[in-house]
Amino acid sequence: MTGMVTLSQAQSQGATGRHSVTLTVNGAVHALSIDARTSLLDALREHIGLTGAKKGCDHGQCGACTVHVDGRRIVSCLTLAAQAQGHEVTTIEGLGGDDGALHPMQQAFIDHDALQCGYCTPGQIMSAVACVHEGHAGSLDDIREYMSGNLCRCGAYVGIVAAIEDAAVKMQG
Amino acid sequence: MQQFDYIRAVDLGDALQALGGGAKLLAGGTTLYDLMKLRIERPEQIVDINHLSELSYFDTSGDRELVFGALARMSDVAADPRLVRDYPAISESLWRAASQQLRNMASLGGNLLQRTRCPYFRGGEPYACNKRHPDSGCAAIEGLDRGQALLGASGACSAVYPGDLAAALVAFDAEVDVVGSQGARSIPVEELHREPGDTPHIETTLAPDEIIVRIRVPATPLGRGSTYLKVRDRESYAFALASAAVALVMDGEVVRDARIALGGLATRPWRVRAAERLLIGRRFDEDAARAAGEAALEGATPGRFNGFRIELGVRTVVDALTIARQRA
Repeated sequence: MTGMVTLSQAQSQGATGRHSVTLTVNGAVHALSIDARTSLLDALREHIGLTGAKKGCDHGQCGACTVHVDGRRIVSCLTLAAQAQGHEVTTIEGLGGDDGALHPMQQAFIDHDALQCGYCTPGQIMSAVACVHEGHAGSLDDIREYMSGNLCRCGAYVGIVAAIEDAAVKMQG
Repeated sequence: MQQFDYIRAVDLGDALQALGGGAKLLAGGTTLYDLMKLRIERPEQIVDINHLSELSYFDTSGDRELVFGALARMSDVAADPRLVRDYPAISESLWRAASQQLRNMASLGGNLLQRTRCPYFRGGEPYACNKRHPDSGCAAIEGLDRGQALLGASGACSAVYPGDLAAALVAFDAEVDVVGSQGARSIPVEELHREPGDTPHIETTLAPDEIIVRIRVPATPLGRGSTYLKVRDRESYAFALASAAVALVMDGEVVRDARIALGGLATRPWRVRAAERLLIGRRFDEDAARAAGEAALEGATPGRFNGFRIELGVRTVVDALTIARQRA
């Protein structure tokens, strides 16, 4: 609970609005001093320098900022950075192997031409990996339903669904 | 966004103390943080209750009731095998809401208390909104009202209550257990949300210092023959234009028991007992379902652009009953 304000501490300190927050991202520990208002997304992008997660709508409607917290996909724009303390955050930068090899889902997105502009792609891929792990990639209908939180304004959905169907087999094999 | 102080509660006493001091509770954050970014919510202090592990459990194995801690996450509950098999309406009301990312974050208690998606409420200035600023007026009256409520609206407010889970819960006579400075009590979910009347800014019957700790659903054979049907502008990841939580128990071709509650059409979860009574004791067929659907929308008052949702609501009830009949 380092840097976390308990009720009694908050009352003695008064509202400073700033917090020390320690985040574990892709296995690395980052000690930050940030405004309490900072989202996990802004902490990743502006304070830690990991710009893979993208800011689209900033209101939880587009999925471009999707990351994993303790292995579960969430939208980092609607998560306070302070909430993520004590949890393992994984971003697109942490998805590949230590040798720089692409994750099977990343390779499948390339193989199936599952993007045009690429802005939504990190969020799509993080969501897709979780979709497979959850067991929600067993049919095309399931993939479409459980990927509906990730919008693609280029309309690359056909390639995205094909990539997930393909990668699901490789991830489970 | 307004500056605020962030506090992590370590137990329920912490949370209640902060709540009594005017703090806002932070669970999944998917409503609160969103509305803070829009400057609709402006708390000076927020208390993070996500570490109150005693509120995170849920148990669907009981013979008498199903119990859900207020911090159980929507995705976990939606996937519960007993719920999927024996109470499909509850599971469907959860997985047909939001996206999997948001369902991984959002808690059941927070879901019940989510605020309206009315664009004039969320849009902030310059739109008048009695819910945001009491007695400031309602921009929806002269505005684009395609998504406004057809049932339970007043001259002061026609904002739809957007939740899906609550519709399923009222159909099954669920209750919430709440704790506050005056002690603990239980409230039927049906009595949790208020119609707007002249005070649309008062949305629930909770006292300001009360916290939902638990949701309880009485075990019932109605669960098996149930569904939550949600009609949207797109197939997934959207709020309801019209939805229906329905449940049937059959005795051959005759309806022995029935439940019907509407979502997406009213200012609060909308249980329609008159429509249920039309079915109970009668032979189930297309005409009976249609009569129940029409009774469910009894009193619906159209505005300028939302009238189509009356017939849509009727047909949603009919289709939901048809699905429930196949399961019952």
